[in-house]
Amino acid sequence: MMLGQALRDPRTELRVFRNRMMAAGLAILVAFALLLARFTWLQVVQQQYYHTLAEQNRISVVPVVPGRGLILDRNGQVLAANYSAYTLEVTPSKVANMDHAIDELAKVIEVSPRDRRRFRKLQEESKNFESLPIRTRLTEEEVARFAVNRFRFPGFEIKARLFRSYPQGDVASHAIGYIGRINDADLQRIDAEGLSANYKGTDHIGKLGLEGAYEKELHGVTGSEQVEIDAGGRAIRSLSRTEPQSGNNLIVTLDVNLQKIAEQAFGDYKGALVAIDPRTGDVLALVSMPNFDPNLFVDGIDPQNWDALNNSPDKPLNDRALRGQYPPGSTIKPFMALAALEYHKRSPSYSISDPGYFTLPGVAHRYRDWKKGGHGMVDMHRAIVVSCDTYFYGLANEMGIDAIHDFLARFGFGARTGIDIDGELPGLAPSQQWKMQRFKQKWYAGDTVSVGIGQGYMLATPLQLAAATATLANGGIPVHPHLLKAIQDAKTHEERAYAAKGAGTPIVKPENLAVIRAAMADVTKPGGTAARAAAGAPYSIAAKTGTAQVVGMKQGEKYDEKRMKREHWDHALLIAFAPVEDPKLALAILVENGQHGGSTAGPIARTVFDYYLTGKKPTAKPPRPPETLGPEEEEHD
Amino acid sequence: MINRIFDFLARRIDGPLMAAIALTVALGLTVVYSASGGGSPDRVLSQGRNLALALCALWVLAQIHPQTLMRLAFPVYVAGLALLVAVAVFGEVRNGARRWLNLGFTTLQPSEVMKIAVPLMLAWFFHRHEEGVRLRDYALAAVLLAIPVGLIARQPDLGTALLVFASGFFVIFLAGLSWRVLTSIVALGAAAVPFIWPMLHDYQRQRILTLLDPSEDPLGAGYHIIQSTIAIGSGGILGKGWLNGTQAQLDFVPERSTDFILAVFGEEFGLVGNIVLTMLYVLIIARGMMIAANASTVFSRLVAGAITLTFFTYAFVNMGMVSGILPVVGVPLPMVSYGGTALLSVLAGFGILMSISTHKQLVSS
Repeated sequence: MMLGQALRDPRTELRVFRNRMMAAGLAILVAFALLLARFTWLQVVQQQYYHTLAEQNRISVVPVVPGRGLILDRNGQVLAANYSAYTLEVTPSKVANMDHAIDELAKVIEVSPRDRRRFRKLQEESKNFESLPIRTRLTEEEVARFAVNRFRFPGFEIKARLFRSYPQGDVASHAIGYIGRINDADLQRIDAEGLSANYKGTDHIGKLGLEGAYEKELHGVTGSEQVEIDAGGRAIRSLSRTEPQSGNNLIVTLDVNLQKIAEQAFGDYKGALVAIDPRTGDVLALVSMPNFDPNLFVDGIDPQNWDALNNSPDKPLNDRALRGQYPPGSTIKPFMALAALEYHKRSPSYSISDPGYFTLPGVAHRYRDWKKGGHGMVDMHRAIVVSCDTYFYGLANEMGIDAIHDFLARFGFGARTGIDIDGELPGLAPSQQWKMQRFKQKWYAGDTVSVGIGQGYMLATPLQLAAATATLANGGIPVHPHLLKAIQDAKTHEERAYAAKGAGTPIVKPENLAVIRAAMADVTKPGGTAARAAAGAPYSIAAKTGTAQVVGMKQGEKYDEKRMKREHWDHALLIAFAPVEDPKLALAILVENGQHGGSTAGPIARTVFDYYLTGKKPTAKPPRPPETLGPEEEEHD
Repeated sequence: MINRIFDFLARRIDGPLMAAIALTVALGLTVVYSASGGGSPDRVLSQGRNLALALCALWVLAQIHPQTLMRLAFPVYVAGLALLVAVAVFGEVRNGARRWLNLGFTTLQPSEVMKIAVPLMLAWFFHRHEEGVRLRDYALAAVLLAIPVGLIARQPDLGTALLVFASGFFVIFLAGLSWRVLTSIVALGAAAVPFIWPMLHDYQRQRILTLLDPSEDPLGAGYHIIQSTIAIGSGGILGKGWLNGTQAQLDFVPERSTDFILAVFGEEFGLVGNIVLTMLYVLIIARGMMIAANASTVFSRLVAGAITLTFFTYAFVNMGMVSGILPVVGVPLPMVSYGGTALLSVLAGFGILMSISTHKQLVSS
């Protein structure tokens, strides 16, 4: 078959060529028609759809994080503030070899071992696509040096951010709390509260203390900015902007000067102090020693510091004022006495003869008084002043545990005070029902006897003791301690005062209360257990000392400080208010292993009262716990 | 004086074709300016230099008699083949492809030469067998085509291989290869797909798969197509206006001044712009086909026809790829995309067209 024959004849050949050209031309027209149909489809029919896609492509809504509200003390001193600084952040998912990149970075700007450790911990806790700070607080020079080398570090970015700082350092750390990076649990909570939108762009949240409790006030309202972005996600220009609303400022009840003096007064002792204005419930000082520097937490704490804080036997992170549950010891006695008066189990003048021990009818066991041989004839007043145990053993036994429980509950024992920060523990005011539920055991009369002197099952937090003491100072009207004084609006600076619980009515009879207050006032006079600490004070102090056993004593065993490890030494307690006639400050002090309320807690109370009532600053060096204790002191209780 | 300069410059220049070329090229420079961000004229100036060089080539080729071109066909083809072999052996690797020859002072892409050399060679081949073309002549022609195409495809450079293949195939097609053979080849080709598929490079396979479903890989291979269709579609009927294409100006369209420049054009000038550009291409192709139809020798006809149809292929493949109906192959939009090499080979082809158009009277006499 001669396929190419057609080419022989030039004319036929030309005809074939032209036919082929016609065919090609037709194909070309079809092809271009197809293209134009496609263009019409895209640009006319689907135009709206693609227009939307293009707008979504280029417009991105970027959250604008509000400035966090400040925290100020009652006199306007700053407890928590913000400052703007540069931070170098890195998105791990964009970096192939993180260790290598950080090594390279360290040649450009300083990256300390602490930065590395902190970053590694952050990385473990975060998702890969989150931007995490590797260095914070860059100097201008460091920013410039990084900027020059920026091309070498994909995934690294300099950001200007607001940082939280706690200018008072470790002062009042437990009350102020701290902020930290938002973790999964925080995210879930934010989600559950429907606040996700407001937390876009926010990477820190209040974790503890006031920072945590008033997170909603402090955070503010996140603004937004519509920006045009390029394919690389870089913002090119702003299209519109909704300004964020800064968080409101907190004005808190603390007096940071008083707080500092109280903290210093503890010296090397561990413990807690809560000082309350009984007239308002304002917490003027909330001390838990040792404390910690909340600045460490702001950008993620490094593992070394974390371990040091978390594993320290001194437990600095534990807020002893709210979470320390201790036997109140003899500090419970004024309340026991008041209960006996209210329940008509005792008259003020009823006296006992104290042989130095108490026995339950028909039982051989001797409940010993702290003073060998006893105190002789003791009425209620004297029982409080010399802290006679025997008097209260019998008193408690006659009242019975359920009456004691009901009365103590009126003063807030066994329940949270409702202070406006989280973490508070309820303590324990035992009852028959409680013991049955807790231990499936019946209550014994002996249990009640121990409770009579604040031992046994009885537990209270320093905050509860302070609130109960403030109630004594406030004429028997319950005091509800709180840390917030007012919220200051970020914009208008108008202050919204803390909605205090309405003034209640006295929960005890004034004449009964007067007996107790008179007795407590004499505790600080010569012959009382806190006489030495109060000597020479230009105002009157009502107080009650206490000792809480850390380890139980066997029958007949003698407590011997010299033979015991220090962490088993008794805790010292003290409750007090002053001036007695017109109380302005009520406080509770716990000194761990401080042994005697009068001798270790007493001077702390005196320092605090002196400063608050007279403005006198302490001159003496704060105390150090002794290695061993000398001869037994007179004012034991 | 000025008239004489103009006469000299206009010598053997085909007026209608030149007018259409000028309009298209001007349009091209406008879009290149926009595609390069609209801030600096650097790209436009650089493309202007490319254009000047390409116009010189066009003018020079237009002056050369088709007979001379015919004599040059075989040596140019052989030289081109030699260069392709040299590339395969000594070539420089860029972006994973071995396409360039480093001559010390400049780099050369020999595959571009073949875009002109192959149709010249095949046209010359059929011209010599004017008296009777047998099937084995077609087979031989196919071999002459397959060698350079194979070498280029191996580099790998699918886009250029496709265009070189097209230019040679059009010569064979216009030379009169019977429809029956053509259809059987197509059928065979379709049957061969399962065998060719495993031989393709991963990225080549990916491109074809991505075309079938761009959303499959939106951040990888499909990104080009998705973004370019968004650009074109969002342009609407009248476009967003010159320099105002958000997709293009904000860098969402990749390779926006080269292979994907149509996305910029379509976004900023809309459907109207696309119609105008298509019409310009149709004008150029129509004029090329007229020149081919009126050419006086078999060689001229085949060369003119093949150049014109190859130009069409260029335009269609690029527009089809950017608008998402053809796979992504590296083919620029002729006379619009930024880049010197493609512009040079296209305008050189038009130079030959003009030579054929203006020399025919002398030959046919």
